[in-house]
Order: sequence, then structure tokens, then C-alpha cells
Amino acid sequence: MTRSRLAAAGVAGLLVLLLLFPVYWAVVSSLTPESRLFAVPALVPRQLVFDHYRALFATRDFWTPIRNSLVVAGSTTVVAVALGSICAYALARLRFRGQAPVLAFVLAVSMFPQISIVSPLYLLLRELRLLNTYPGLVLPYLSFAMPLTIWLLAGFFRQLPADLEEAAAMDGAGRIRTFWTIILPLSWPGIATTAILTFLYCWNEFLFALSFTLGPERYTVPVAITLFRGQYQVPWGEILAGAVVATIPVAALVLIAQRGIVAGLTSGAVKG
Amino acid sequence: MTPRPRPPLAAWQRDEARLAWALALPAIGTIALIAVFPIGWTLWESLHTHDLRMPWLGRPFVGGANYLEAFADAGFRSAVVHTLVFASVSVTLELAGGLALAVALNGVTRARGLMRTAALLPWAIPTVVVALVWRFMFESPSGLADAIAARAGLVAPTWFADASAAWVPLILADVWKMTPFVGILLLAGLQSIDPALYEAAAVDGAGPWRSFIDITVPLLRPALLVAFLFRSLDAIRVFDVVYVMTGGGPGTATEPIALFTFTALLQNLRFGFASALSVMVFAISFLFALISIRAFGGDAFVERRT
Amino acid sequence: MAAIGLRGISKVFPNGQAAVRDVTLDVADGELVVLVGPSGSGKSTVLRLIAGLETQTAGAVLIGGRDVSAVAPQHRDLAMVFQSYALYPHKSVRENLAFGLQLQRVAPSAIAERVQQTATALGIEALLDRKPAQLSGGQRQRVALGRAIVRRPQAFLLDEPLSNLDPQTRVATRAELAMLHRRLGATMVYVTHDQEEAMTLGNRVAVMRDGTIEQFAPPLDLYRQPANVFVAGFVGAPEMNFIAGTLSSHGGSYQIASPALKLDDISATVPPGTGAPRDVLLGVRPHDIELTNPGAGNGVGGVQVIEPLGATTIVHLRTDVMADQLLRVLVPPDTPVAVDESVGFRINMDRIHVFDARTGVRLPGTSG
Repeated sequence: MTRSRLAAAGVAGLLVLLLLFPVYWAVVSSLTPESRLFAVPALVPRQLVFDHYRALFATRDFWTPIRNSLVVAGSTTVVAVALGSICAYALARLRFRGQAPVLAFVLAVSMFPQISIVSPLYLLLRELRLLNTYPGLVLPYLSFAMPLTIWLLAGFFRQLPADLEEAAAMDGAGRIRTFWTIILPLSWPGIATTAILTFLYCWNEFLFALSFTLGPERYTVPVAITLFRGQYQVPWGEILAGAVVATIPVAALVLIAQRGIVAGLTSGAVKG
Repeated sequence: MTPRPRPPLAAWQRDEARLAWALALPAIGTIALIAVFPIGWTLWESLHTHDLRMPWLGRPFVGGANYLEAFADAGFRSAVVHTLVFASVSVTLELAGGLALAVALNGVTRARGLMRTAALLPWAIPTVVVALVWRFMFESPSGLADAIAARAGLVAPTWFADASAAWVPLILADVWKMTPFVGILLLAGLQSIDPALYEAAAVDGAGPWRSFIDITVPLLRPALLVAFLFRSLDAIRVFDVVYVMTGGGPGTATEPIALFTFTALLQNLRFGFASALSVMVFAISFLFALISIRAFGGDAFVERRT
Repeated sequence: MAAIGLRGISKVFPNGQAAVRDVTLDVADGELVVLVGPSGSGKSTVLRLIAGLETQTAGAVLIGGRDVSAVAPQHRDLAMVFQSYALYPHKSVRENLAFGLQLQRVAPSAIAERVQQTATALGIEALLDRKPAQLSGGQRQRVALGRAIVRRPQAFLLDEPLSNLDPQTRVATRAELAMLHRRLGATMVYVTHDQEEAMTLGNRVAVMRDGTIEQFAPPLDLYRQPANVFVAGFVGAPEMNFIAGTLSSHGGSYQIASPALKLDDISATVPPGTGAPRDVLLGVRPHDIELTNPGAGNGVGGVQVIEPLGATTIVHLRTDVMADQLLRVLVPPDTPVAVDESVGFRINMDRIHVFDARTGVRLPGTSG
């Protein structure tokens, strides 16, 4: 390795270590007994215990928020990808006069701050008796999930060579069949990445979950952790354990899909 | 012949257009129901009084009264200031840090996947978790930040009890979470620059700094603009990290407009007033986006859309 | 097989660009017609209009005598070979070949048989279970051809099928295409920018420029009787030389005068009414000029570049007759000539073409 490469690798490595330090610290602290949490901090812990994790699942019933998050994020992802993919295909490849206005519409909606639609959604959900229910979260989540899937998938579809579809047309395939037998199989990585990103956004979402759930039986993971209450003091140990548990699926997904995530996010964003 | 004749559509082209609408409508319809309808409702509500704690007042039309009240409210004005300060500081740090990270990562050819995972992790972690972890690290009197300060011989303020100091962990948390993401965006931009340009510049006698100024920065402009726009819009709408870390406190010293709106909405149940605030948040975001695009290059943004 | 007809086809794109202007063309049943021209001439657009992948802004497309303008590309029963081959990357070669037949609801046993037949005929039966990514460029091209052939369409459309092959493979494949056409007796419309491909493959060739057909004729007619300067310069390599001059009449014969050129009178087959002296371009092909001693022949020149190709040699002369261009002369390979030498050249006056300098049109009766 040349000197400059060594230097670059060194700087990059240092930055990465700095970046990951809080994660390391959180994990270590979640395994530190409560009494030692605010003692003199040491880089390498002397004692590791699982007390907080045990308390998390036994006392605080952390399985419920996990289940809630899985159901809501999973359902939203399925619906958003299904409806979004066909819409994205129409926008990317079919010729119709609504193309530009629809794209502009989707973009405009995605720019709207979430806080702005909390109140009408709250009233609407209350009318429909959907507060504190699964659909009561999936529907609001679709407001940001759909523009996301449409934008990402339209980008992926556009990257496929146009003459593949023309060849299919010359072979006699109609639009739907072309979509099903040619486009979808070839877009598999793009669809997977979109699904993972959508799931990620839903899993991490806080404002809607906070506003539209009313009790612990329907709290999602972010809300549940935030509302941990201790008897006499803030239960930092359990909070950190909950934070680590909340991060594990996210970290796993990122590890699996990092290449695709970067491609998906940057293909539309950056044109060199 | 006329310059732009529109030929009559053949039957199969009309079918294709119809199919396109059929495919797009489920998604559009859903978005319209869940987003457009509420947005319209918000606009409507903002012109009325609607206080759930005082239902006997009904829902009279009050025109711009809610907006005027917002302008007059000192809490709202402070919230705007807080938001702008937070946005400018964090976005600047994120762009600078992201650029540095991108340049550093660009020089690395091994273990790209590992680097990317490490860079994406902070972005992927729930904001709530980020806020809690950083709160934990800055807890007084014996949190990590205090311990490091003591080691360095400095006296640390009581972070979350001090109106100015509370901003430090807030901004640090946001910058920590988003800088790597900006780095990834800019890295992609860097990698799309034709290496032949640098080689040509080297042959012409340009040093690394010169290359950076004359080649890298101009060609990175679209990516920088996109990163700037995204981060700024997110920063203007910041909510999660503040709610969880400081709750807007001490008092309302760190309250941004989104939190101010939230409080009016779900704690004071003043729907009309909160709706007016929501509209103002949107207006500020929208105006900001427009101005940025006009000022820094609309062509870069349009390119992204094609 | 069916005949293909274009009646007054025009295509103007939404941005105002007129890619095809009022093209009328007939391809007979079983004929191979080549559309050739520089990029931007509209040849690919015409092909796509026949296929139905683009819709014309005016005019009609006929296949087998039927107006198919309202028929979607899926139902025109044409097969297209794309420049990039457009093979389905996720399907094997066998599946690529079978796809069109499956859509036609052909019985699976019949599909298997036809796929096998076609693959064997093209020499790719060993590749049937591979994916396109595992094939070389030449192999992919055969699969693209096979995909078209196996469908037994009414006609074939080929969009620059050889341009992605390297030069050596190209010549061999060209010959195979010619043999294929003969064996299948298929109606083919073939687009290329290479005039050599056009000349060797086409039963008739349409030379296109700027969206219109400059000339549509069998290859040798294009070569011997080009309709205008553009066709004359486009067909045949090395390119024809154009010398400026004036044409005037002398009693029963015609004279061309060009500065620094000593020319005899041309034999008088230029029709009456040629009238007053007019500016013309004298077109003469490089191999209709020979080198002699300076002083003999029609003019002199200084040798600038000598390009030995093996079978022949191209000599570029700087002359006074062509101020800003070099005169190209084709000579036998062992001609003794050196750079900077001063030589004379003699033009074979039986083989010259005379073009009106203003319109570019060839004056009838003047040809080689």
C-alpha cells in the first residue's frame, strides 16, 4: 500500500471508529449493572450482566412493542411495495399524459411535514374508530411509505434497458405480461432494497406512533422505550437494553442490504 | 406542417394510457386519501377555532386569527429562532463532515462493504434510540461527557439544565446520525466523477488542492445541493430527537416549531391553532426549498428527476 | 412472408424534431432492403415505425397489403433483431428462443422441436442452457437472430445487427446473413450506417439523409448512377473525388473547364437545354484515376500521404484543382511513388459523373 493509501485508510478507519463509538458504548452500558452505570466510566467493562435484558422482557413485556412494530412495519411495507411498484412502472415506462403531474404530486406530498397532518389524521382516525389499532398506524404510515416506494422503484425500473421491453413487445407480450415475466424478475434487487428501506423507515417512525396509539398494548418499539418510567429514577439500564434490541433488526438489515441501499438512495439523488 | 402535431392515438395506445392510469390509481388514491385530504383539512381548520377542551365554542370561522396569534406568540417566535439556529449549525456540520468522510472513504478500496455498513448504521438506527443514547452520555453529573471533560481538566455545565448547553448534545446527536449518510451521498457523487479528468489535470500540472477546487467541487454541486436540501428540510421539521432528549427544555429553551405545534395539538388540544402552525411549518419548508433551488442551481435538481 | 409498404410516412417528435419526412417505400415479398445513411438520417426511426414501436405523425404502414397503423407491435407478426440484442438476461438461451412461441400458445412439444431446429441451424445448440451473460458477442447475436427466426414471422427487422461485433467477425457474419436470407426467402428490412454492408447484403438499398430517401435502387445502380452528390459520396470507398468546374456547350458537344485541369470534351450525351454555362461538380472515383508523369495526363499534384492497404494503395495528392481537399487515387500496390514527389494524374473521362453544383443532382447521361 502506498503512503497516501495508508493515510486514507488510517483516516477512514479512525472516522469509522469514532462513528461507531456511541453504539459500542450503548451496548456495553446495557450490559453494565445499574449501580455502576454512573460510576467512573471505563473503556473496557469489568463486569457484564444481562439483568436489564431480563427485566426488559420479563417485567416490561417488551415483546408486545416488538410485535406491534413488526406487524405495522411489515404490513405497511407489503402494501406500499405492492401498490407502489405498479404505479412506479406506469410512471417509468408507460406513455400517458398524467406522467409529469403524477410525479409532481408524489414529490409535493412527500415534502409535507408530518406534523402538519397529525391533527386531521387524528380526527379522521378517531371518527373511524381506528385510534390505537394496527390499521390506524398503517394508514398514516402509507403517507410517507408510498411516495418513497414510488420514487425508489421508478428509479430502479428506469435503469432497466428500454429495448428489453421492446423485444418483449415484438415477441408478442402485452404490458402486464412484460411487467410480470420480464421487469419484476429483473428488478428483484431493487424491490428488495425498497422493501428494506420502507421497513426501516416504518420501524424507526416516532411521531405518528406517539400520536395515534393510546396505551402500551399498541405502542411500537420507539414509543415504548421513550415512555419507560422508573420507580424512583430513570431506568437507564433497561432503556439502553431496549435501545439495543430496537437496533438489532435495523443493523441486520443494513448489513444485508448495504450495497443496494446505497445504490437505491443515490441513483435518483445523484447524477454525475 | 405545424411544429408540434399530436397524432390521433391508435386504439392500442389509448389502451396503454388507460392501463397506466389503472396501475397508478391505487397508489395515487391511497395517497390522496391519507395525505391530500388531511392537508386540505388542515388548511380548512387553520381558518377556524377548534379547541377540544372548550367544545362549547363550536368551530367558528376566524380567518387569519390563528396566524396572527402565532406571530404574536413569543413562544412561537422563539421556536422559529431555535429551529433556524439548529438547522444552520447542524446542516453546516453535516455537509462539512460528510465531505471529509466522502473524501476519506474514496481513497479506500478494501473493505468497502464494511465501511458502508459502518456509515449507514447511525442513519438506520431509530432517532429515538440515538436521542436516548446521547442523552445517557451527557447525563449529569457522571455521564460520559462529564467524565471526559473532567479528564481534560474542564468544568462541564449541567447540560440539560442549561438553556444554551442543551443544544450541544442535541446538535451532536443529529450530526452523528446524519453525517455518514451525507458522506455516502457525496461519496457516490465523487465516484461518478470521471477519473480521467483528474489525470488530465495532473498532466496539465494541477496539484491536489487545485484539482479539488476546480474539478471536485463543481462536479459535486448536484450532490451537494441534494444533500443540503434534504438535510435542511429535515432540520426545519425536527421533532423526534428534541422530544426524546430534552422535551424542548429546559423549559422551552430548545423547542423547535414542530414541537411547539405538537404541544398545541395533543397537549392543549387546540386544533385550529395547531393547524395554522402546521401550515406555517409547511410554508417555511416550501419557501426554503424554492429559494435554495433557485439560488443554487435548479438544473441540478431537475436532473435528479429525470 | 409478406411485402411491406410505407406510404408517405412522417414522424415529428414532440420536441419538434422531424426525424422522418414523407417516406414512401415498397419492400417486395422475400426481398432484403437495406436502409443506410449517416446517424440522424432517420433510418432507425423508419424501422421502429414499421415495427410499431413508434407511431407515425402522418402516413400509413402496410404489411401484406394491410394497413397496420392501428395495430400494436405485439400483433404485427414481425420479428426484430436489436442492435444491443436485448436478450432476456434472466432466461436461458432456450427460454429466450421459446418466449415468443409460448406467447403464441404453440404446443410445448412443437416449441421444443422448433427451438432445437433453429439452434442447430445457427450452430448454438450447445449453448441452449446458458444465460446470455455467459455468451460472447457473436454468440449473443446468433441467439438474437434465433429468437427472430424461430417465430416464423411475416418479415424480419434488423437494427444494425453487426455493429457491435469486431471487424473480423462482422465480415463472416455478413456472409452468413446473406446465406440465411437466401435459405429462408424472408422479407427483411435491414438498417445500417455501413455502406459496405448495404452494398453486399441488399437486394435494393435506400440511402437516407435527414429523414428522406435520397435514392432507392439496387446496389450497383447506386454505385454507377448515383442520383446526387450525397449518394455518390456515400456509396463506394474510398470516397469519390469532387472537382469544381463549369459546364458549357460547344456546338454539339459539351466542355467542362476547371482551373488547372486539362480536359477533353465530354462525349455529348448531356441532353439539350443544359443551357448557359453552369457551375458543376465533376465526380470521379479514386480508381478511375491513374498516375502518370507530370505533364502527361489532366493535371499535376504533390504526393502527401501514401496508404498501403495490401491489395491496393491509396495515394492522396495535393492539387490545384481541389483547393481544400486532397485528391484520392487508388493505385496498384507496387506502384513506385514517394511522398513529396510531383506526379501527374489522368482521369478516365468515360467514368466521370457531372453534378449540378447548386442542386447536387446528377446531370443525366453522365455516368461511369
